Amino acid sequence: MEITKLTALELGKKIKAGEITVKEAVQAQLDRIKEADGAYNCYVTIMEQEALQRAEEVQKKIDAGEFADSPLAGVPAAIKDNICTKGVLTTCSSKMLGNFKPPYSAEAVEKLEAAGVVIIGKLNMDEFAMGGSTETSFYGPTRNPWNVNTVPGGSSGGSAAAVAAEEAFFALGSDTGGSIRQPASFCGITGIKPTYGMVSRYGLIAFASSLDQIGPMGRDVSDCAAVLEVIAGHDAKDSTSMDAGDYKFTEALVDDVKGMKIGIPDSYLGEGIDEEVKQSILAAAEVLREKGALVEEFHMDMTKYAIPAYYIIASAEASSNLSRYDGIKYGYRTPDFEGLQDVYKKTRSEGFGAEVKRRMMIGAFVLSSGYYDAYYKKALQVKALIKESFDRAFEKYDVILGPTAPTTALEIGANADDPLKRYLGDIYTVSANLAGLPAVSLPCGFDSRKLPIGLQLTGKLFGEKDIIRAAYSFEQTRKYESPIKEKEGK
Amino acid sequence: MKTYETVIGLEVHVELATKSKIFCGCTTEFGGDPNTHCCPVCTGMPGTLPVLNKKVVEFAMAAGLATGCSITRSCKFDRKNYLYPDLPKAYQVSQLYLPICRDGGIEIETSSGKKRIGIHEIHMEEDAGKLIHDDWDDCTLVDYNRCGVPLIEIVSDPDMRSAEEVIAYLEKLKLILQYLGVSDCKMQEGSLRADINLSIREAGAPEFGTRTEMKNMNSFKAIARAIEGETKRQIEVLEDGGKVIQETRRWDDNKDTSFAMRSKEDAQDYRYFPEPDLAPIEISEEWLAEIKAREPELRDAKKARYTEEFEIPEYDADIITASKKLADIFEAAAAICHKPKEVSNWLMVETMRLLKEKVMEPEEITFAPENLARLIEMVASNAINRTVAKTVFEAVFNENADPEAYVKEKGLGIVNDESALRKAVEDIIAANPQSVEDYRGGKDKAIGFLVGQTMKAMKGKADPGMINSLLKELL
Amino acid sequence: MIITDETIKYVSALAKLELTEEEKEKAKKDLGSIISYMEIINELDTDQVEPLSHVFPVKNVFRDDVVVNGPDRENILSNAPETKDGCFKVPKTVE
Ligand SMILES: [Mg+2]
Ligand SMILES: [Zn+2]
Repeated sequence: MEITKLTALELGKKIKAGEITVKEAVQAQLDRIKEADGAYNCYVTIMEQEALQRAEEVQKKIDAGEFADSPLAGVPAAIKDNICTKGVLTTCSSKMLGNFKPPYSAEAVEKLEAAGVVIIGKLNMDEFAMGGSTETSFYGPTRNPWNVNTVPGGSSGGSAAAVAAEEAFFALGSDTGGSIRQPASFCGITGIKPTYGMVSRYGLIAFASSLDQIGPMGRDVSDCAAVLEVIAGHDAKDSTSMDAGDYKFTEALVDDVKGMKIGIPDSYLGEGIDEEVKQSILAAAEVLREKGALVEEFHMDMTKYAIPAYYIIASAEASSNLSRYDGIKYGYRTPDFEGLQDVYKKTRSEGFGAEVKRRMMIGAFVLSSGYYDAYYKKALQVKALIKESFDRAFEKYDVILGPTAPTTALEIGANADDPLKRYLGDIYTVSANLAGLPAVSLPCGFDSRKLPIGLQLTGKLFGEKDIIRAAYSFEQTRKYESPIKEKEGK
Repeated sequence: MKTYETVIGLEVHVELATKSKIFCGCTTEFGGDPNTHCCPVCTGMPGTLPVLNKKVVEFAMAAGLATGCSITRSCKFDRKNYLYPDLPKAYQVSQLYLPICRDGGIEIETSSGKKRIGIHEIHMEEDAGKLIHDDWDDCTLVDYNRCGVPLIEIVSDPDMRSAEEVIAYLEKLKLILQYLGVSDCKMQEGSLRADINLSIREAGAPEFGTRTEMKNMNSFKAIARAIEGETKRQIEVLEDGGKVIQETRRWDDNKDTSFAMRSKEDAQDYRYFPEPDLAPIEISEEWLAEIKAREPELRDAKKARYTEEFEIPEYDADIITASKKLADIFEAAAAICHKPKEVSNWLMVETMRLLKEKVMEPEEITFAPENLARLIEMVASNAINRTVAKTVFEAVFNENADPEAYVKEKGLGIVNDESALRKAVEDIIAANPQSVEDYRGGKDKAIGFLVGQTMKAMKGKADPGMINSLLKELL
Repeated sequence: MIITDETIKYVSALAKLELTEEEKEKAKKDLGSIISYMEIINELDTDQVEPLSHVFPVKNVFRDDVVVNGPDRENILSNAPETKDGCFKVPKTVE
C-alpha cells in the first residue's frame, strides 16, 4: 500500500484503526514532497520539524481516545501561502512578504488543527492570489503534474498541483474569482468555493475582501466535504461571516440526483469555449440526466459582463488592501532610501511583481476622482444585475452546470504579454464570487492531450449540500485518475 | 478700506468614551508605553479583520439626537485611502456616502444674541496613530496606541462669523457631549480637536471666498488666535490684490501666524469606496427609541431643576451646570449630605478660588463628592469650625483627602473637653483685665475680643459658642 | 478610454509605485486594453439599479464594548524592519 495515494478520509480511517501511525503518514508525505517537489515546485515552505513534532502530539491524543468525531485526525495537509500560520512564513508568494511570520493563525487553520490535522507546509500561488497560472509567484512557477510544460492554474496552483502530485492529502486554497476551481480543473482534482461568509476570512491575507473565500481542495468530493465541514462556521472575528446553521456537508454525500433540477446557461457553452471541453461538459450533463436529474439549457445573458465587473471590483479592493505594504510594519523594505516617500515607492516597486502592480494601478484608476461613477459604481450595479440573474435562475434550478474554464491547462508562458486574454479565462468562475454563491469544480474527463477537464456546479446561497450531492453522484460514475502512476514494487 | 466678513465652518473630531477601540478589543486609555494598547487588528496586520464596537454607533446616535440631527437608518462605512505612517492599513475606515447623522444644529449665545449653527453631518471613523519626531536620531517613531480609538467627526455648516461664535459653538458642543457621556472632551489629551475652514468675503457678498483649512487645533485660546490671525492674513492677501489659495495651513501659536503646509508630493485623491469588511448598519425604530430614552438630563433641564428642587440661585446653577464635572459633584455631594446650598457654596467659592489659583479646568478636579459631603457634615455637627474647614477643603481638593482622617491626623478637631476650654478661658480672663473691666462696665463688644483671644490660644480648634457661654458664666 | 502618460503617472503615484520607462509603456498598453474592454458594461442600462456593495444578507454585526486585549508589543513589532524605543521607525516625516 502506498500511503500517499490514499484519500484523506481513507488515511484518517486507517490511522484511527491503528493501521498507520500519524508519524508514518507525515513521514511518507514528507518523503513524497522531497521526491517530487523539485519537479513541480508546489511548496514555498515545508514544515518538517513542526509536522513531525505535531504528529506525535496528535498520535497521543488519538491513542487517548480524543478526536473520535474527527475523521481527519492525523492527516497531513498543506495550506495556501496567503493563509496565516502562526510563527510560520506566510509569503503570499511575494517578495513583499518574504520574511513575514504572522503572530496568529487563520481561523480555518485553527479549526483544522483542532480537528487533529497536521499542517505540513505552505503552498505556492500567484503573487497575492492575482493570476490564473501560478506563474506570477516570486518563488517560481508551479508545474502541472499532468504535464510539466503546462501551468497548474491559479492562483491556488500550488494547492492543486500538490494534491494531484500526491504531495498533499488535501489543501486549503482561496478563491476570489476562480482561484480554487480553475486550478482544480487544470490538475484533475476537486475544489469547493463556499458561499461567501461560510468560512471565516480571519487570517486570509486579503486580495479582494468582498470576493475572497477559503475552501477545500482534495482528490474527491468526499474529502472536500469533510474538510469543509471542519473549516466552515460562524466566526465572531469576521464581520462578514455568517451563521449557516447546517454544516453537516458529509450528509450530502449521497448518490442520488433524482428529481434534482439542473440548468445549463446557454452563454456558458457559446463563443470562446474549447470544443473538447464543451463535449465533455455535455457528456457530464447527460450522465446526470441518466441518473434522474432534470437537466436543461436556459438563457442567461449577463455572463460577458461578469469579467469587467469582477476586474473593476477586485482591482479596486486590491489596490486598497495592498497599500499597507509600505516597508514599515512588516515585510520587505528597500535597502537604500532617502526620506519617507522614497521608502514607500522603492519598497513597493521592488517588492511587488508586474501583475500586482498592474492590478493596483487599475484599482487606483477605477476609484480615482472623476472615474468612480463610470467604473466602480457601474460595476457594483452590474454586480446587482448578475446577482438578480442568478436569483432568477435559482427560482427554477437547484444547481447550475457548466465548465469551470473554457480550456484545459495552458502552456507555461502562454499569453504572457496579453493580460486581457488571461483575464478572459475566468469567464465561468467570477460570477459565483460576485454573487457570493458556492461552486465546486470536479474532474469530468480529459482532452486529447490527456489534460483534465473540470465540471463546475454552482449552487444557491448556502446551497453547498446541493452541489456536493450532485458532484458526488457524478463522481460515482468515474474513477479518480492520478497523474502519478503506481510505482513498481509497492 | 472695504469691510470684510469672516466665514467659518468647523470639523470637530471627538474621541468617544468607549472602553475599547472601534474595531478591536484594545483599550482606549490615553497614554501608555508606545504600542502597548495594540493588537494585530488595529495595527493593520495582513489577514486581520475589523468588528464594530456597538457602543460607537450608540454614542454617534446619541450625539446626533442631542444636536437635532436626523439619523440615517441604513448606513455603512467607507474606506478613505491614503498612505501615511500614522495609518497602518493605509486607509481610514470612515463614512462618506451615508454618514450616520445629518442636518442638525445647535443654538449658541454670544454678546450679540442667540444664533443657530447648522450641523451638516456627524460621521463615525477611527483615529490614527501618533508620530513622535526624534530630532536626536533624525527619524520619526510611530506609536499606534491611539490608532483605532473611535471618533465622531462633527461637520458644521459655514455659519460662524467670528472667533467668539466659534468658541461659543465649541463650548456648547463640548457640554452636550460631556453631558451625554459620549466623550470626556479633554482638549489637552486631544479628545476634542477642531479643523477650521475659514474664508473671507466682502460684507454682503453672496458667494463664499476661497477657504483655507487649519487642522487639529486643540485649545480654545489657540483657536481664537488662529481665527484672528488667519482672517487678518486673508484680508491682507486680498487687499494686496492677491488671491487666497485653497490649502491646508498650520497655525503656529508661538509665531502668531499660519504657514502653508508643504504641499504633498502627490495629489490627494482618497478613492473612497464602501468598506467590504464591515456589514451595513440598520437602525430600527426600537433601537432609536432606546437611545432616545437613555438620553440623560442635559444642561438646560438641569439648571431649571437646580433652582427649583434645590433652591439655589440661578447664577449658581448656571455656573455649576456649565461643567458636567461640577454638576456631577454637586448632585452626588448633595445626595449624601442633603445640604445642596452648602454644596453649592463650597463649589462657587472655595472650589472656584482654587481652580483659578491653580489654572485648572473643572474637568481636572479629582476629589470625590463624598469627601466634600463629609466635610459639610462635619461643619454642621460642629466637629470643626468654618475656618478650619477651609484648610481641610484644600486638602480635599488637592489630594482627595478624607476630611475626618485629615482632621484627626492634624489635630484640627474642635476641643469639646470642657475643663481644657475652661482653663483656657480662665487664662485669658486673667491676662486681659482691661477687657474684663470693659465688659463688666457694660461694653458688650469686649466679649468678642476675649472670644477671639481664646480661639487664638486654642489654635482655632474651639467652638466660639461654647467659649462665649463659658466667658459669660465666669464673668 | 485612452490611457495617456498622464494617467499612468497619476495612478502610479496613487499606488506609490516608481515605474521604469519600459514599465510605463507596458502599463499604458495593458491598462488601455483592459480598461477599454471593461467599458462593455456601458451597454447595460443601470439607471434604476442600486449599486450592490455587500452581497451577503447580514446587517448589524457588532461586538460589545469590552477590553479583551492586553499589551502585545513584542508580537506587534516582531516583523518590523526597524524599531526604536518600542516604536516603528521611519524616516522623518516633517522638516
Ligand atoms: Mg475625518
Ligand atoms: Zn487592537
